[in-house]
Formats: sequence, structure tokens, C-alpha cells
Amino acid sequence: MHPSTLVLRRRTRTLGGPAVIRWTLIGLALLFLGVFLVVPLVAVFTFAFQKGWEAYAAAISHPEALSAMRLTLTAAAIAVPLNLVFGVAAAWLIARFRFPGRSLLITLIDLPFSVSPVIAGLIFVLMFGRQGWLGPWLAEHDLHVIFAVPGIVLATVFITFPFVAREVLPVMQAQGSDEEEAALTLGASGWRMFWRVTLPKVKWGVIYGVILCNARAMGEFGAVSVVSGHVRGVTTTLPLHAEILYNEYDFVGAFAVASLLTLLALVTLVVKKYVEWRSVAS
Amino acid sequence: MAVSSRRRVLPGFRLSLGFSWFYLGLLVLLPLSGLFLRTFTLTWAQFWETVTSARALAAYQLTFGASLAAALANVVFGLLVAWVLVRYRFPGRDLVEALVDLPFALPTAVAGLTLTTLFSANGWYGRHLEALGLKVAYTSLGVAVALTFIGLPFVVRTVQPVLEDIDVDVEEAAATLGATPWQTFARVLFPGILPALLSGFTLAFARALGEYGSVVFISGNMPLRTEIVPLLIITKLEQYDYAGATAIAVVMLTASFLLLLAVNLLHRWSHRRLEARSGH
Amino acid sequence: MRTQILLPLFLALSLAGCSKSSSDASAPSKGTEDVTLLNVSYDPTRELYADFNAAFAKQWEAKHGQKVTIKQSHGGSGKQARAVIDGLDADVVTLALAYDVDMLHDKAQLIPQNWQTRLLDNSAPYTSTIVFVVRKGNPKGIKDWEDLVKEGVSVITPNPKTSGGARWNYLAAWGYALRKQGGSEATAQAFIEKLFRNVPVLDSGARGSTTTFAERGLGDVLIAWENEAFLLTKEVGKDKFEIVVPSVSILAEPPVTVVDKNVDKRGTRAVAEAYLQYLYSDEGQELAAKHYYRPRSQAVAAKHAALFPKVSLFTIADVFGGWKKAQAAHFDDGGVFDRIYVPQAR
Repeated sequence: MHPSTLVLRRRTRTLGGPAVIRWTLIGLALLFLGVFLVVPLVAVFTFAFQKGWEAYAAAISHPEALSAMRLTLTAAAIAVPLNLVFGVAAAWLIARFRFPGRSLLITLIDLPFSVSPVIAGLIFVLMFGRQGWLGPWLAEHDLHVIFAVPGIVLATVFITFPFVAREVLPVMQAQGSDEEEAALTLGASGWRMFWRVTLPKVKWGVIYGVILCNARAMGEFGAVSVVSGHVRGVTTTLPLHAEILYNEYDFVGAFAVASLLTLLALVTLVVKKYVEWRSVAS
Repeated sequence: MAVSSRRRVLPGFRLSLGFSWFYLGLLVLLPLSGLFLRTFTLTWAQFWETVTSARALAAYQLTFGASLAAALANVVFGLLVAWVLVRYRFPGRDLVEALVDLPFALPTAVAGLTLTTLFSANGWYGRHLEALGLKVAYTSLGVAVALTFIGLPFVVRTVQPVLEDIDVDVEEAAATLGATPWQTFARVLFPGILPALLSGFTLAFARALGEYGSVVFISGNMPLRTEIVPLLIITKLEQYDYAGATAIAVVMLTASFLLLLAVNLLHRWSHRRLEARSGH
Repeated sequence: MRTQILLPLFLALSLAGCSKSSSDASAPSKGTEDVTLLNVSYDPTRELYADFNAAFAKQWEAKHGQKVTIKQSHGGSGKQARAVIDGLDADVVTLALAYDVDMLHDKAQLIPQNWQTRLLDNSAPYTSTIVFVVRKGNPKGIKDWEDLVKEGVSVITPNPKTSGGARWNYLAAWGYALRKQGGSEATAQAFIEKLFRNVPVLDSGARGSTTTFAERGLGDVLIAWENEAFLLTKEVGKDKFEIVVPSVSILAEPPVTVVDKNVDKRGTRAVAEAYLQYLYSDEGQELAAKHYYRPRSQAVAAKHAALFPKVSLFTIADVFGGWKKAQAAHFDDGGVFDRIYVPQAR
């Protein structure tokens, strides 16, 4: 069904130039990825299993590790859908309309990337902290934002803000709006057009965006570290838990927890493969 | 700049405009404005002294230099990886495809630790590199290595979808007309992927500017030599100097904002030229 | 239609988050209901407080029939103090330096100015000092501070700008140089300058430095807390390292205090004060000694005399006139430490 998958199959044979060039390029790419990705990943698992499977299992099934996992999943489960909705809306806006301030909007969407994670955490402290704008009001109502779950969610949303928008935008731009206009001409309502025409067309951008957003949401350390307060078993996410273990000279535990995060990334891959397979099947 | 009448046919302009700005304002602009307000508690002279101290200048130089080097390395290798992943089939391709996102999922502190372990004098890489006289850990080269690692997915993932969309027929036509593979790439393909490449570069560069967690382990944090800007911010906070910390943050933020804006304008300009050329 | 659902959903989610955490963090704690305490501490005390919290909870329940759960938070001392200033609901803080605790008063009036006089011994129930760790067999023959500034000796210590432990290291070296024969501010600064010229890496925290020294094999000497040195030589890297105790060092007093504003709001003052008092009890002192902190109690210290060698110790008040002065003179921007690292061109 998805046209690019079909094209892909065909183009495989036709292009890429002579075999020498092809294999040189593949070799170079694999060398680069090997040095920068595979070996570090192997290193992580080597450290994690240094003391055998039991030590690994003990580290990841510790109650504090489990509560960290729950918190990490909660934060991602809130941050990803929020940024997904925003990302699609913003991409639609930027790809389909010309309006004053458009370049400014794109740039502002990118901005959270360049904000140092430490600062990303700090801005929420400046806002919700005891001495922040909303601090006194929150204290009066006994509401906790930073050093509690909402702060961690906010920091995660901020850090992963641009991903979906950034991934969907080029795809939407590349495809043009002819089909959407046709749907409207045929009498479809705006929402119907969106669900039936627009969304299926940008599916891959959305999936890539969600995968990246999710990976980053789960792996974020710096910003979350500032707003977490590090209360063990309460406000520690998996990356923070890994750091705590590292600081206890429990290297095996630290890397075991970290390896868990790489596995979460692999799970997202399986999801992607599944969607790919479904769309080929239909 | 005005909304063209043809575009206005499409629905959802006001809704998406309102929602985008609302969400952006609530979650990004409002919190960031707090940063500026805190900086304004400094006098201009204090601000200037803070942001232009010798250590700050050295740190800007290192941070911008290493980020630029890392982003450029990612452009070259990211394009290569994207090309290989889209155009070729080889054993292990699916695995490689999966691994590309790894630098995001790995907590930055773990990434820093792992890279330091690999590149330090007694590490898997370090011991061979050291024999060649190349020191990576605890040098500015190490900073660039860590930044390359954390920014790796950006270029790959922005170029990949675009590359998949480019029609093979165009290349085939060029080849039929006698173009060498290199000419086909330089004249036909490259202009098409340039915008994606540029935006991948921007993202990798922007991300590198702010990175802290992975870098502090491998940099060695020597004042004037391997001290990055985010570390300076932390040292200010350690002195309970919130205003000083936000001052440096504001400088970095403004610099990266201008840079991002410039790249986005460049992007728009090249897009328009492209559209004009293809007769839209 | 969808957005109309989404906006309230977003608000509902954020509110749900708020209310959930507030019920988590501040459960009512009066009468014989269960009570929770939050102890905000610095990095190297993890093992100590893991044991101590269990011991205190047992003792408190036996005495008062009330279950007490102690939650722990660890991190860099300064970062932890900032978290408490910015609203982390700590009932007690147990930090690395009095300067960080002072800031709880200066920046947020969470505690009275005279907090340090409220408990015995400057509110430091256990102490430590700064020692050296060298590689097995002491190949470079390191015996005292003077050996650290020799050419060809590589010294590992964390960054005093970001690590509380590193500040103790620095002040110990400064105090040695100042107090030795013919010592003056000028010779002390020259000594420090030479010392830091031998430092190839400044990790951001004490445990980072330990890793650099132990795992990466960098450096001939690690300057560290005594308790960290013991942990390294006795547990982490058995038989790979040795401790060298210098002739003179600094008395490191990690202070503890109740955070008045928080305990009064949460109604946990009684249990929080008892918690800190228990640190001074024989059981508490024994646990401190077990985790290589020097106990204050003479009796307990006598029992462990073999473990802790006698060193001539000076205090920060003796040499520097207190933490605030030391911080301002040495570690704040433009202080002595910054002046060591001036650009070569000048």
C-alpha cells in the first residue's frame, strides 16, 4: 500500500553504481557505525553482565529499579502524545500555510534542542521553585510541581518538544496538498480529510518522530536531574537510577539499568517493523 | 508573506496556528522568559563581565568549535549511513537501522562513561590510539567525539525519508544521458537532499551546544582548555549565583537562536529557489 | 472536535500529576500514624545512611510504636542544598560542608542563622579527613603533601568549583603549606599552583575522580576523603591501592541539621530531631565508624583507634575563619583557584 515501500523493492537492483563503490560505501558506513554505535553498545552489555546473569537480573528487578521504570514510562507516556499532537498541528500549519512569523515559529520550535539540559531544568525551578513565580502560590495550596512527577514530565516535554514536528514537517512539505484539496472538493469535512488523507500520508514521519521522541524522553538525564530531587524510589527515573548506582560503585547495576534503556529502544523498532509489515500486507 | 488564496482553501489554519503558539508559549516561551528576567537582576557591567571573562570566552570557543566539528562529521557520515540504508541491501541492515537511534535512548551519563572507558589510555580504543600518539579522552577531541555520538541520529533520520522520496527515474534518466554516478549525485541528488541535510546539521549542532551529561566525563574539565559552557553554568550554580548562570545561558540561547534562524532562513531561500527552478 | 477533547485532557493530566504528587510527598504524619522523613544528603554517605536509617526506624518503632520510613536523596552537596532551597521538602539535611547549609538560611530562611550551635560538635556527629590513595607498593614514594608537587607526579582531585569534596582537598593542601615553616599566603598560593599543575583531569565530582584513578588508571595519587579512601582500598579495589596519611590534614566536619520550615509544616519535628540525635548515640557512632567516618564519641573512637591513624588536624575555622570566608577567597569567581588558571598569554 505504501508507495515508497514498493518503489524501494524496485530501485534496489537498479541503482547505486558499480559494485566497488557500493561495497566501499557500505563498508565505510558500517565501520563508522561499528566504531560509534556497536562497540559502545557491546561495552554497555559487557559491563552489565560482568558478574553474570544473576547480578544483572537482581539489578533490574530491584524495587527501586522497578519504580524508576514506572516513572520513566509514565513521563514518556504523557510527553510523547502531547508532543505528537503539537507536532502534527505545527507541521500542518507550517507546511500548508504562509503567514507572518513562520520562520520565527520554526526556529522557536528548534530552540529547546539548543537549550542546555541543565538550563531546561533550571527554567522550571525558576518558575515553580520555592523562590519562583508560582512557588508561593503552589506552596499555599500544597501542590508540588518540581521535585515531583509533574516537574519531571514538564522537563521531558520540553526536551522532546521539537521531534515530531521536525520529522513530520519535511514529509508533509514533500507531498504537497493536491490530494487534500481533492478530498475537500469531493465534500469531505476538514477532520475527515485529516484522518483519511493527511495522516496516512505522513505516517512515516509520525512514526520516526514518535520513536525519536520516545527514545529521548526515556533517556533524558540532565534536565530531569535538576527537577527530580533524587529521592530514591520516588522521583528517580531510569537514567537517574543508573547514575545513583554508578555513584555507589555498583557498575554492574548502573550498566544493567542502562542496557534496559537500549532494549526499550529496540522495542520501538519492533513496533516500527510491525507497522511496516502491516502496511505492506494490506 | 500573506496567506495566499489558494492555500486558504485548506482548513485548520486558525486552529493549528492558535494551538501551536499556545503550546509553544506555555511550555517553551514562558519558562524561558524566566531565564531572561533572572538575568536582568544583573547590571549591564556585571553581565558583560560575566559573559566575557577569559574562561567564558575559552569555553564558548571550545563549545562552538567542538559542536561544529561534531555536526560536520555527522553530516558526512550521516549522509553516508542514510544513503547506504536507503539504497543498498546487505546482511544486518535491519539491525543497523535499529541502532541508529541508540544515542538518544542511552542516558547521556552512561554514554559519557562508556565513551570515556573506550577512549581512555587503558580502554579498547584508547590503548591503540595512544600508541599512535593520539589522545582522545580528556582533550577537546574527546569532547568532539562525545558530541558526534549524541548527535548521530539527527542527520541520518532527516535525510532518510527524503532520500526515500526522491524518484529513481531521475537518476536513471541522468545515467542514460551519460552522467557518471558522481555527476548524478552532485547535480541531481544533492540539491534535493540539501534542505534535509541542512536541517539535520542544525539539529545536531544545536543539540551539541547544550550537551552536558556525556561531555563532563570525557572532557576532563580543565579550565581554559576542556571546559564547556554548560559546565561553567554549573559552577555558577554551585556558588548559588543564579543570575550569573542565567547570564551565560542567555548568551548561549541568543547565539543559538540567531544561528538556527539563519539556517532556517537559508533553508527557506533554497527551498524557494528549488521551487522556482522546478517551475512551481 | 478532537482538539476540544485534547486541551481539557492536557489540563486534566497536569492536574492529576500535581495532586498525585502532593499526596505522595506530604502524607499526614501526626499521632501514631506512619511517618516519613526525607534526608537530603551528599554522595559518599549512601552506605552509611542505608544502615543508619534501618537502625533508627527499628529503635523509633520500639520506643514509640510508630513506623518511620526514611527516604534518601543523594547528590553533589551544593546541588542538594539548591534543591532544598528551591522547594525539595527535606526534613533533615546531612551535607558535605557548612557553607551549603548556611545557604539554606541566607537564600531561603529555612533554618535560623545559629543552626550550627544547636547540636554538639558544630552539628557534625562524625568527621573525616583528607588522605592520599596511591597504587600498590607506592611506586612514586608518596609520603606527604610535599611529594605531590614534585615533577612527574600526577595527582587526581575533582574540580573545587563543582565538588564539595574537592574543596576540602584544596583547603587541606593550602593549610599544610600555610602552616609549615616559613609558610605565608604567598607560599601557600605557590604551592597550590604547583599542585594543580600536576592535576591532569578535574572530574566534576569526588566519585568521578575515584573512577578516573581506579578504573582508568590515571594518576599516581588520588586525594580523597578518608572514608572514600577506605571504601576504595577495602572494598572496591582490594589489594590494588594503599592509603598514605599525610603529616597534617584538615578536620572535615560534614554538618547535619533539621530544616525548620519543612518539619514545622509537615509536623515531623520530633522525629526529625530524634533522628539526628540518634547519630550521636553509641549505635549511631558505631555505624559511622563502620562506614569509615571518624566517630566523635571518645569511647567509640577508642575502640576503633587502630583504624584511624593519628594525624595533626586543623579546622577550617582555625586557618580560614570559616566556610563563608574560605569560599569567597578561594572558590568564588575571581578567587584564588581561578587565578591559578590564568591564560598563558598574560
